[in-house]
Amino acid sequence: MHGRVKLKSTAQQEEEKRKEREKKLKVYLAARDACFNKRKEGVMDDEALQLTQQLLSSNPDFATLWNYRREILLHQETVRSGDEVQKLYEEELSFLEGCLKVNPKSYGSWHHRGWVCSRIPQPDWARELGLCDRCLSLDDRNFHCWDYRRMVVKLSGVPVNQELQFTDRLIGSNFSNYSSWHYRSTLLPLLHPHSPEPPSPLRQPRPSRSPEPSSPQTHSHRVCEEQLLKEYELVQNAFFTDPNDQSAWFYYRWLLGRAEREEMISCVFVSREGERVVVAFSRPVNALAVGLVLVVDGQPLQVDWRSAHPRFGHSPVWICELPPGTISDTSNEHNLTVNWTEKHTHRDCALYTGRSESWCRDSATDQELFRSELSVEKTSVLQSELQSCTQLLELEPENKWCVLTIVLLMRALDPLGYEKETLAHFETLKEVDSMRSSYYSDLCSKFMIENTILKMEYAEVRVFSLSGKKLTTLCHLDQLLLVTHINLSSNQLQALPPQFAMLQCLEVLEADDNVIESLCGLYHLPRLEEVSLRNNQISRLSDLKPLTSCPKLTRLDLRGNPIIQIENIQSELAELLPTVTDLLL
Amino acid sequence: MAADNLPTEFDVVILGTGLTESVIAAACSRVGQRVLHVDRRNYYAGNWASFTFNGLLAWIEEYKEQQKAADSDEGWREKLEEGEEPLLLNQIDTSLSNLQVICYASEEPEEEEEVTTPVARPTPQIPDTATEERPGKSQAPPTGETQAPPTQKNGTQSEPPPAEERDTPNEATPTEEKDTPSQDTTNEGTETIETQGEAQPEGSQEEVDPEQQAEGEGEGPQEEQTTPTEGDTAQSQEPSPAEAKKKKITLAKILKEGRRFNIDLVSKLLYSRGSLVNLLIKSNVSRYAEFKNVSRILTYRNGKVEQVPCSRADVFGSKQLTVVEKRMLMKFLTFCLDYEQHPEEYLDFTERSFWEFLQTKKLTENLQHFVLHSIAMVPPGARTGEGLRATQHFLRCLGRYGNTPFLFPLYGMGEIPQCFCRMCAVFGGIYCLRHSVQCLVLDKESGRCKAVIDTCGQRISCNHFVVEEGYIREEHRRGVAYRQISRAVLITDRSLLPSESEQQISLVTVPPLQGGPAVQVIELCSSSMTCMPGTFLVHLTCPSTGTAQEDLAPVVSRLFAEPASDGEDQGEVDSEKPTLLWALYYNMRDSTAVDRSGYSLPSNVYLCTGPDPALGSDHAISQAESVFQQLLPDEEFCPPAPNPEDIVYDGEAPQGEGAGFGEPAQPERGEGDGGEEEQKAESEQDSEGPQTDVAEHNPTPAPPAEE
Repeated sequence: MHGRVKLKSTAQQEEEKRKEREKKLKVYLAARDACFNKRKEGVMDDEALQLTQQLLSSNPDFATLWNYRREILLHQETVRSGDEVQKLYEEELSFLEGCLKVNPKSYGSWHHRGWVCSRIPQPDWARELGLCDRCLSLDDRNFHCWDYRRMVVKLSGVPVNQELQFTDRLIGSNFSNYSSWHYRSTLLPLLHPHSPEPPSPLRQPRPSRSPEPSSPQTHSHRVCEEQLLKEYELVQNAFFTDPNDQSAWFYYRWLLGRAEREEMISCVFVSREGERVVVAFSRPVNALAVGLVLVVDGQPLQVDWRSAHPRFGHSPVWICELPPGTISDTSNEHNLTVNWTEKHTHRDCALYTGRSESWCRDSATDQELFRSELSVEKTSVLQSELQSCTQLLELEPENKWCVLTIVLLMRALDPLGYEKETLAHFETLKEVDSMRSSYYSDLCSKFMIENTILKMEYAEVRVFSLSGKKLTTLCHLDQLLLVTHINLSSNQLQALPPQFAMLQCLEVLEADDNVIESLCGLYHLPRLEEVSLRNNQISRLSDLKPLTSCPKLTRLDLRGNPIIQIENIQSELAELLPTVTDLLL
Repeated sequence: MAADNLPTEFDVVILGTGLTESVIAAACSRVGQRVLHVDRRNYYAGNWASFTFNGLLAWIEEYKEQQKAADSDEGWREKLEEGEEPLLLNQIDTSLSNLQVICYASEEPEEEEEVTTPVARPTPQIPDTATEERPGKSQAPPTGETQAPPTQKNGTQSEPPPAEERDTPNEATPTEEKDTPSQDTTNEGTETIETQGEAQPEGSQEEVDPEQQAEGEGEGPQEEQTTPTEGDTAQSQEPSPAEAKKKKITLAKILKEGRRFNIDLVSKLLYSRGSLVNLLIKSNVSRYAEFKNVSRILTYRNGKVEQVPCSRADVFGSKQLTVVEKRMLMKFLTFCLDYEQHPEEYLDFTERSFWEFLQTKKLTENLQHFVLHSIAMVPPGARTGEGLRATQHFLRCLGRYGNTPFLFPLYGMGEIPQCFCRMCAVFGGIYCLRHSVQCLVLDKESGRCKAVIDTCGQRISCNHFVVEEGYIREEHRRGVAYRQISRAVLITDRSLLPSESEQQISLVTVPPLQGGPAVQVIELCSSSMTCMPGTFLVHLTCPSTGTAQEDLAPVVSRLFAEPASDGEDQGEVDSEKPTLLWALYYNMRDSTAVDRSGYSLPSNVYLCTGPDPALGSDHAISQAESVFQQLLPDEEFCPPAPNPEDIVYDGEAPQGEGAGFGEPAQPERGEGDGGEEEQKAESEQDSEGPQTDVAEHNPTPAPPAEE
């Protein structure tokens, strides 16, 4: 237990204890064997009940004995009258109370209690709730008890608002309590559900989107705004009182958080060259299992879907090759439809005459994809939350939770406008919480990539430049499906991960001055022509193997990599990558 | 005369049953000394006593009377032998002055007359008649009960002090959690609470306590009260809604319900990590009393009474503080908790006042007020070090038993001395009330006191004589200058700060008004068993600058309203404030500052001073301990008395380890020693059976609100 002093005892006491233990062990083992024998013989009598009771009261985590006990009780149900059964189970509950006193965190005891409550003819729920209250007053973080209590509440139909008051009470006495906060997060949506209408003004100007209420962010688990404001106040009181307590911050993140995005097809891309169709989803799916149907000019086509990289069973990007000649003639116009039968959704894409490729998509800006994990509540609310946090930061300049929350709020409000502040805050975070500096670097990378995607989309270009941003990781690569040129130079990347294979339109890759060792993401990139990897950490010939799957690769710059030290590297490479005509070593 | 039967030889004779004397009596008796403990009054605890309302009125009358009486019985002289000389003691109590009763409750204008008529005799809580019928008396027969003869005036007084009769299994002693089922009063039980107390939700305390009391009242051995117990229980549990209170409470009603009052002469609280609580636990005396948490700290600021947020939960829940203030306050309090670790923060201020220090701490004005007056509770001129120490002490006491640092004994502070007397009696001490010592017999040669002659004229030899300061005659004091305590006792009709729960025990700190002293106000609700339902008992205390009324009446008039005269507009007048029903003012002598050298007394005569005006009882306890150490330098002070339930007999497994199998539950794992302790610790957490071995290794106190 936390902070309990352990006793040191003398050798003599030690010896006495040992002897005593041995003695007890003997008795215990004898009783255990007796129990096992009885069970083997199928005996279901009172004596067996007593024996198991004796054993379980000293070791409540003996699952086999609980099972045996349940068998006996079930048997007794058949041979006793209703009143007797009631009495039997009441005794069982008293016995269990004793077990819980010995070990209030015994899985076996709590589970058995739940079972008894489901069998007892007239359960006394008030007593069960009282027991939970007592247990939680002794240890308000006993999750066994929390679990049990939720079960009791469900079975006995305690009103939700009463349960909310219960969490009020527990939080009031000690707000360092994940269980209470979490319980709250499950109760509030039931009690104060978010009504999707009227839509908040922030989301209104989006004519390109279907106006149906099932927009990606209005999914369930949301709470009406009035109640949300109250919750913000409550949780602010907590983190101003003790900003180092995580539980309140986590709850705050939940409050600010938004629902999961709806599953949908976010992009369909068609290329005459190679006669390929690429489909991007809002979240990773297994296209082979979800009933994805491609219809070209009204005709369903039998195609083989493959994910962007063989390592992914689930992927946001799936690719198929059409039967040769289907769309190769540029003088023809084609209408494609991708049907996602399982979700009853589809996306169309028209390939016009003379065009070599075409796509249809929701852009990241449309989807507000990167409003961090935060909600779509009114800007004014987020703004005032940001103010509170900034106020707290002035008082507690080194509080990581506060800084992190500020970063998230800034992301939600205006990711590009706050970019400078965000970067500064990340520097602070790495300093005050150096143990997690890599986490912050990755998170910062993610935000930088998001910002660059937004900038790129506002500029409506297919060039993605992210050089010199101290990136440590790559993400959102599914959003870069259409990018032709990418510049990742002067970062701290160690690899081009398998997700990189989603950049299906990539022609030129610049990744100079990183610490790249692995190129496994340069896999089946049909249009990739130029790869510049100067000053990286590529050291073995086998590291370059993925490039062999890129048919159009002609230029490869490997200057400043350890690999150039290898003998005969030039000829080895020529053999490995015959298409490369422009090799720089 | 019955007192003839007293043994003629004791190790220690103790005169006066105040807290200090009672602790010494218990400590001496506990280590085997033969103790005779006497008091000239007919009640226990001297100036620390509690009275029923009627008892108090009668006591006031009698107190005034006795000032005139003077006895001049010289019969003791013949008991002196060659080479001995007498040292006469005071037979009159002069420690209280300026007694002033004001009755506001309707019925009559002449409160004095009205008051005295219905009152019987000046009984403290236990009327003698009831005492004799009490079945609980036999529970723990002290030797004194059979040996000690009754005093001439009033039948036997030598039975164990009345604290005993509430020694029911339903009690909450300070060593146990409010609603733990087990009766564990050992030290490790305390430790159990230390962790649990922190986790205890505020609400549950409120809910649990009254219930428990109701139990105690209903099921306990027939209470001394002659009124039907059932009716009482029902009434005390009543939430007493506002409408009920609208009905005016008359003096007649108060007199009728007078037994429900337990009015302390001194008003104190117990710091939950103070020396008194520690002693109660250590000595196991705690089992003789029940306690309630003081439920809130209030203060008077800008003409209003408001709640002081002092614990983490309070700060979190406070509606009056902005979030920024919450942060500032928490930050400051966290610093105070271990301020010694951050000398850079305060070293520049060691020569300056705490108040000045607070100014530099970015605390808003109300926060400064809270810290200075309600948490540190030091005068504005106090030095920074003193303020920090006081704040730290306050904070360290938080969370041990509840959300405030204080405990209050049910039935009043007057219970505490009686608990120690009972411990003394259990270990053979002999008690005589209404019995005093006329003079000490001094051996001329050694100058030591070798015997005393009691008020029955009996000579009793003793090795040590402990006496309360008030018994010392003027001529044995060398120009001793006393301080005074100003006290007021009020009965009011509602709380100073009504809240959801009527049943609150509140400490109200009133900062110095117009140059006067800071006044400490304790408001007790009826569930503290000190007043009748529908009323509140309010104690005001401050060091005197003038008479009690001069010192305290200004505060009383700010906090409370006098009912309108002649029945017109009643209730409309100042409806914001509670209405006064009855008030008593008096000054009590504070002899605590007086040095032993100020008295010409033999070396084996030990002085105990009376109460001081401080909130805690630390002075009395440290004095008791120091006297004890002079008396018996080689003995331990109040070692734990064995609790019958705690005694672990050889070969018997301690309770709480299950049905006899204990930890071999997972023998295969080859559990080490640690595992076993772990298991014990866990069962402890669930307030299981006692394990005395753990008790002796009580870990150091943990700071509050620790995870």
